[in-house]
Amino acid sequence: MDKIISTAIVLDRDNIDTDQIIPAKFLKSTNKEGFGDWLFYNWRYDENDNSKDDFEFLKYQKESKILIAGNNFGCGSSREHAAWAIADYGIEVVISSQFADIFKGNALNNGIVPITVSEACLKALMQYFEREKSCPIEIDIEEQTLMVDAKDIFINVQFDIDPLKKKFILTGMTEIEYLVQHQEDVINFEKTHEL
Amino acid sequence: MGRTIIDKIWDVHVVKSVTDEVDMLYIDRHFIHEVTSPQAFSGLKEKGLNVLRPERVTAVADHNVPTKNQHLPIENELSKKQVDTLLSNCKDHSIELFGIGHEKNGIVHVVGPENGLTQPGMTIVCGDSHTSTHGAFGAIAFGIGTSQVEQVLASQCLLLSRPKTMKVEVNGKLGAGVGAKDVVLYIISKLGTEGATGHFVEYAGDVFSNFSMEERMTVCNMSIEMGARGGLVGIDDTTINYVIERATISTEKQEFWKTLNSDSDAKYDQTITFQAEEIHPMVTTGTSPDTGVDIMETVSSSVRNSKKGLDYMGLKNDQPMLGTKIDYVFIGSCTNSRIEDLRAVAGIVEGHRKPEGVTVWIVPGSNKVKDQAIDEGLDKIFLEAGFEFREPGCSACLAMNDDKIPSGALCISTSNRNFEGRQGDGARTVLASPITAAASAIKGKITDPRTYLN
Repeated sequence: MDKIISTAIVLDRDNIDTDQIIPAKFLKSTNKEGFGDWLFYNWRYDENDNSKDDFEFLKYQKESKILIAGNNFGCGSSREHAAWAIADYGIEVVISSQFADIFKGNALNNGIVPITVSEACLKALMQYFEREKSCPIEIDIEEQTLMVDAKDIFINVQFDIDPLKKKFILTGMTEIEYLVQHQEDVINFEKTHEL
Repeated sequence: MGRTIIDKIWDVHVVKSVTDEVDMLYIDRHFIHEVTSPQAFSGLKEKGLNVLRPERVTAVADHNVPTKNQHLPIENELSKKQVDTLLSNCKDHSIELFGIGHEKNGIVHVVGPENGLTQPGMTIVCGDSHTSTHGAFGAIAFGIGTSQVEQVLASQCLLLSRPKTMKVEVNGKLGAGVGAKDVVLYIISKLGTEGATGHFVEYAGDVFSNFSMEERMTVCNMSIEMGARGGLVGIDDTTINYVIERATISTEKQEFWKTLNSDSDAKYDQTITFQAEEIHPMVTTGTSPDTGVDIMETVSSSVRNSKKGLDYMGLKNDQPMLGTKIDYVFIGSCTNSRIEDLRAVAGIVEGHRKPEGVTVWIVPGSNKVKDQAIDEGLDKIFLEAGFEFREPGCSACLAMNDDKIPSGALCISTSNRNFEGRQGDGARTVLASPITAAASAIKGKITDPRTYLN
């Protein structure tokens, strides 16, 4: 995966916590499957499990792979179920002006790319994509660029990603594979580690 | 240039630096529980991997356990399956488990410290964001996701970016009726839920030096609610005395721990200072932990509320918090369920009785806390006040078990999060200290605990 070209969903709310992304009642599972059905459950469904049509999330193309969300996305609980729900729903990139640290790590471990942009850039993206629900955004992970090139907008920004985590995303290698490959370093470290 | 305790502990745990940003960090202690570990164990199985250091792992069942009739089988099938899965995973991998009914069972962040497993200078992780609690011991402690739980099980290491550091200093003397919970709610209200993102926080100054270990745990516990990766307090005699009562520690090691403290000229990425006298009993007003206000103020004195949050809470901007009618009181969670919390609650409620129509649950943090409370006769005080004294677990903090607040009901809670639906679908949560919750319980409305102090 090096390029993602997709329409976007805008969720203009700050501090979206992982309890909203996946409520605790869905954490009783012992596997990782099916969490997409429960993504934003209490915003998507009423207490009788009927769809809440006024939830803005549902007004965008279901196939969108990019979520544009308000500041401090993924705060609160460490539950990786939030990342599983987002990935299972089909979202591959989340754009925000800030991510909570644990969520960011969880996202990367599930192939979701968290892209941090400036507040001004986030605002511009939100305003445009709230209107333009069929316009694509192009994310190039190798080049670390986010580009929108349409008739009345041009955005081309660089984003940061740690080189190691970038390598993992591009090659599909996982952190656990890396760590297990370096087990000898751990064993050597333990020989002198006192605590 | 001097170094912080955060840098010193971090540096002695670096197995290797991988990039400019990322280190491979060794983990000394790994706590696991039933909700965020099953997928980690199945991941190991799929990959044909083993647990590298089972002796560094301790398991508890806490998130999903009933707080009534723990001697009976769990009724909810999914919860039972999760707890049973933890049991079999621990058995298969020779991991020590404090399961339901075990004398050491309780909430993971209460159990680790009270059994001497949490020690200064350690790196400590758990698949739970409130792992920052263990920072009270001068440890680097933080919550991780399930993929990372699997990584630590397999390799005892994680790939982590180097931390930024922040010092939060509170000097002066706290007023009567103002405690650790008020201090941390105040700090969060000033910093915001994202104010410390990317940082480990060191709490320093008079207030934290004078705090007991349990009070320090309450503060460090809520570091995540200001976005911090973790929060800690330096290592002093209070720390060491607490640990040596619970574990055998050589004097050399005790001396070594003290060398880990921040140098006087240590440089932090950010330093913020507050004055203790400015802090009053705090209550939150919205659906984010940073919406705390002085209990004497109106809702509008929080700048962090959104219309959506206030609508959810059923509160108006010009409304005073004092006197707001409550339906439920929850005294528990990894923030405030320790013996000092229960003693403080008993001190307020002794000789009083809650009004009809208010439900009060006191859920001790562990079996040890529960037994201690019974030894001290606190259970009788709770019973006479009309409160339910339950068995240990995370309970209504996240309402994964049956302890749910009904939709629309207002609960004053000593837990750590007031997110929408956190304590049950549609439930409304006001976060407060144990004594504020206790005073409110006996009045049936939000009440200044100072009314009940001699």
